[in-house]
Amino acid sequence: MSKQHIRATVNGDAVDFLCEPTTSLLNALRDELRLTGSKEGCGSGDCGACSVMLDDKLVCSCLVLAPEIDGRRVETIEGLAQDGQLHPLQRKFLEHGALQCGFCTPGVLVAAKALLERNVDPTEEETRYWLAGNLCRCTGYDKIIRAVLDTAAELRQERLPA
Amino acid sequence: MTKQDQIATTEHRIVGTRPVRPDGADKVTGKAVYGADFYLPGMLRGAILRSPHAHARIVSIDTRKAEALAGVKAVATNADFPRVEMDEIDAGEAGINVDRAAQMCLARDKVFYEGQPVVAVAATSPEIATAALDLIEVRYEVLPHVIEIADAMRSDAPVLHDDLDAKGPSNIAARLDSSTGDAEAALATADVVATGRYTTQAVHQGYIEPQACVASVSGDGQAQLWCSSQGAFMVRSVVAAITGMNLADLRVTPLEIGGGFGGKTTVYLEPVATILSKKSGRPVKMVLSRDEVFRSTGPGPGAEIDIRLGATKDGILTAAIVDMRYQVGAFPGAGAGAGVMHALGGYRIEHKRVTGCDVVSNMPSTHAYRAPSAPQAEFAVECAIDDIARQLGMDPIALREKNAVRAGDTSFSGTPHGQIAFMETLAAAKGHDHYSAPLGPNQGRGIAAGWWVNHGGESTAMISIAEDGTAVVATGNPDIGGSRASMAMMAAEVLQIPMVKVRPIVADTASIGFSMLTGGSRTTFATGKAVSEAAAEVVEILKARAAMIWGVDASRVEWRDGEAHCLADGRDEAPLGIKEIASKASKTGGPISVEKSVYPHDAMPTYAVHICDVELDPETGHVGVTRYTAIQDVGRAVHPSYVEGQAQGGAVQGIGWALNEAYTFNKEGRVDNAGFLDYRMPVASDLPMIDTLLVEIPHPTHPFGVKGVGEVPIVPPLAAVANAVSAAAGMRMFDLPMTPARIHAALNAAG
Amino acid sequence: MSYHSPTSVDQAVELLASRDDARPMSGGTDLLVQMRSGRLKPGAIVDIKGIDRAVGSRAQDGGFVIGAATPCTELLDDAALCAAWPGVVEAANLIGSVQVRNRATIGGNLCNASPAADSVPALIAAGARAVVAGPQGERIVAVEDLLAGPGWTTLGKGEFVLEFILPVREPGSADAYLRSIPRTEMDIAVVGAGINLSCDASGTITAARVALGAVAPTALLVPDAGAALIGSKLDEAALTAMGEAAKAACRPIDDKRGTIDYRIAMSAVYARRAAVIAYNRSRETL
Repeated sequence: MSKQHIRATVNGDAVDFLCEPTTSLLNALRDELRLTGSKEGCGSGDCGACSVMLDDKLVCSCLVLAPEIDGRRVETIEGLAQDGQLHPLQRKFLEHGALQCGFCTPGVLVAAKALLERNVDPTEEETRYWLAGNLCRCTGYDKIIRAVLDTAAELRQERLPA
Repeated sequence: MTKQDQIATTEHRIVGTRPVRPDGADKVTGKAVYGADFYLPGMLRGAILRSPHAHARIVSIDTRKAEALAGVKAVATNADFPRVEMDEIDAGEAGINVDRAAQMCLARDKVFYEGQPVVAVAATSPEIATAALDLIEVRYEVLPHVIEIADAMRSDAPVLHDDLDAKGPSNIAARLDSSTGDAEAALATADVVATGRYTTQAVHQGYIEPQACVASVSGDGQAQLWCSSQGAFMVRSVVAAITGMNLADLRVTPLEIGGGFGGKTTVYLEPVATILSKKSGRPVKMVLSRDEVFRSTGPGPGAEIDIRLGATKDGILTAAIVDMRYQVGAFPGAGAGAGVMHALGGYRIEHKRVTGCDVVSNMPSTHAYRAPSAPQAEFAVECAIDDIARQLGMDPIALREKNAVRAGDTSFSGTPHGQIAFMETLAAAKGHDHYSAPLGPNQGRGIAAGWWVNHGGESTAMISIAEDGTAVVATGNPDIGGSRASMAMMAAEVLQIPMVKVRPIVADTASIGFSMLTGGSRTTFATGKAVSEAAAEVVEILKARAAMIWGVDASRVEWRDGEAHCLADGRDEAPLGIKEIASKASKTGGPISVEKSVYPHDAMPTYAVHICDVELDPETGHVGVTRYTAIQDVGRAVHPSYVEGQAQGGAVQGIGWALNEAYTFNKEGRVDNAGFLDYRMPVASDLPMIDTLLVEIPHPTHPFGVKGVGEVPIVPPLAAVANAVSAAAGMRMFDLPMTPARIHAALNAAG
Repeated sequence: MSYHSPTSVDQAVELLASRDDARPMSGGTDLLVQMRSGRLKPGAIVDIKGIDRAVGSRAQDGGFVIGAATPCTELLDDAALCAAWPGVVEAANLIGSVQVRNRATIGGNLCNASPAADSVPALIAAGARAVVAGPQGERIVAVEDLLAGPGWTTLGKGEFVLEFILPVREPGSADAYLRSIPRTEMDIAVVGAGINLSCDASGTITAARVALGAVAPTALLVPDAGAALIGSKLDEAALTAMGEAAKAACRPIDDKRGTIDYRIAMSAVYARRAAVIAYNRSRETL
């Protein structure tokens, strides 16, 4: 097995690393780039804890081969807060207590951000179906859904003309 | 959107409010370090070869080819563990038998379940470690296997262990019997009797973070472990016992834990990583895959429960006979004990007999799962009570109110109950608008109650005041769902300083006194008591230092609003704040620091009543939960958001248990659904909002009135959902999970 | 193992034909899971997403062509495709989660050859044909003829599915797909039913195709079920006859996802429900 040289943009930074052709994007992020915010809960696309954005599309990084990201853009939980300022979703998750153990939280936040970028006024049902790929075993989802809907309301408020 | 309610009692400045948790920022930004997120220089990666058979004798193991593979640095089998006595380690709800725990880390002579570890390898990369597994040759003599309870109890069943049953070789690991009065005679004279055989399947805790650890053994025999668990001291005890180390030589640093629910109150990887590190001389990291989690870690047991419950026509429960058989897996694990204790413990029943047994079989050895063994037992009882209510035409909450235990009644342990709050919780449920809301077509409503005993246990807390008057609170309990917040809040309340001036940490085993693991709903109760008492001692020290500065007697100093006030006659001193006192600490006697160890035995049971509405599609058997309310006696909610979260999370785990979750096995006895695709935990779109109503009847002897809250919410949902489905279907459902296929078959059989 | 990302059909065919253990990859959502579990150890992965024709959907000859490696969610962006073939698009967008559908493709769903694949009954009902590229050039095959058994297709060495062709849509035509799963998302179909039908101005059904998933070793086209609808206005008798034909075609197994009895019973229930949706949609296009 010879390693492949991958160049990509991760959270706005140019990165390059060597990996086996079979390495998943998740393992490359974690083991090569030490971006351990993306978690492995299943390795089969069933839990969403490894959710990242790949060229603006929400994907499970465990279901992407690292060589596939050559020349492409990846955004992870580590890129959600900007300049030390929490994203409104991060802030609302803390205010609502929408996390207990916090392990699924990075994936849920990345997925929720992708939802609100498409639809800033989702219904509860739309939010629940959008997040169906993100398992949480602690919260029963209640406070997660409330935090996402509350963030959406705040974002809509901000967009109103003064 | 609906609401989260609270029936509040006493007022505090901080306790009872909802501040942002101190570990929150790291957890929403991906910075928090969980089990698999830890790396050391020169670290190897471990992998495990597992049994493909449900039951087999190990004839031989040949690891020579694997050892010869370039990059392989160590290979380990059970022979690398010193043979230990059958020592029990007290680890809370489920004690840990060291010899059996070692066999669940690496099998010895026999494998008892598919997925049991047999050989472990450490190599310079995960790929090499995995490749090495393919080079290991294990010869097995395959034995007949048995999975289901009834099959394992047959006289001709394959027997797993020949030393479990005092009555001679069998798969029955324990028999329990608890009787009061003459239940048979009382049943014979009861006006109404509800009868049924209820079944539940083995279910997994389903924490999203698979087990993970890094072990590093030094040449002098000292070692360190970094891992995710429910208790670093538990890890230290078990690993030291299995690997033959002195406890003080092993320092265990808790990393963040991604869920446990009882499943991480034992170890599977840490002894293996430790041995591999010892043999290779390098740090070794091991991480389970999800498939390995399902096949080799302890699920909660399945159960078969027969019940006969009798009552008078006025709704007084007079007699009950309950017989329970728990499917404990390959070794005696989470069994019938707590089930026998909990089955009827919520009600006054004059004549009762509860029997139970633990049945071993060739599936992963079960372990604690949130209120371990109580949900199964109370499922059967709460369904039977529902049937009595229906037979009598009586409101199901009113029936429970007539029979509920209350203060002064004799508890299971024989001592009288204190100020328990079952009656208040039932009343709150009856008054909730959900209970009287109209139902639509094909909808049904179910209610069920539940209780859990709760634990106290040993806890240590240390509070140090820094020179600027800020405080560090250290405890030995992993923060599994917000305990840093509740510890900081209680400390800040006692010190009367803002919560942001208090920083809580979870200390390693070398940095704080012994603390029992986070389990048994004990941490906010017991560790919170240690924190509160330590903070109270800190206040006394602060008062004494102020007295010294003022040159007055300490009894003339009052601590108010986070400041020392001088009460001495004729003195008009400006108050001294914690910052001023702390900054002068070196001149008034040195560091201000208190370590407090407690061992409370006065934990109180808590009660929950859940109301569940479902809608049934009679053509397909699909059930949707349309509304759900969890009413719970919580003592005092220190941080109500995280208390509500416990109620909501427990309710949803119970809903999953009721509707879809179950281990399935194929003909060879292998787990057939070892993944989140086919082990079907609830997803967000399966659920409505989970409304909560916190009933606050404070614990009379806890500094803040705290009672355990984490476990009881998983007790009522099994019966609440089953009672709702039964109401919608017009027929009693006895078997969990109530899958669409099962409900469809039941409806068809009923015509 | 090697990873390749060819940009032409010829390169892809050459790579796939060069070794027996080469595997084409589109979304990878099944392939990577099988590799991870050790069930599959391909020597080479040929990622076909770099081939222009394999990605995107477009109108062609009055019908549609869908690149086999188009992520399922991208089909939703093609308004004309959604209007003409709502059943195909909705079937593809029931697979997994948003995360999975942003990667998963109908080409992969077909070639993974699970009997329970959601998009396959919808494609069969639609009369979709696959453009197969291989060492001998390209050939066009009915989707149902590519299925050989669980995990097996009739593709030869070096061949891969490049595109799907959906036929010309006449007014009064519509399709629908429904499936039974224990939860609301994230499950594999216990039964799937795809219906495609056409009706005349009076509402009388003039053509109908019924396909079922997860009730046999491969997705099934059930001609008798379609025939039962033709000439009717979807009255109760026609629906009952269709349901009976659906049940008669089932050859399911008992497994962790469903029982034989339940699958057979549900084939009729879901086929009926899907037929009602397709019929109502078809009336709206008149």
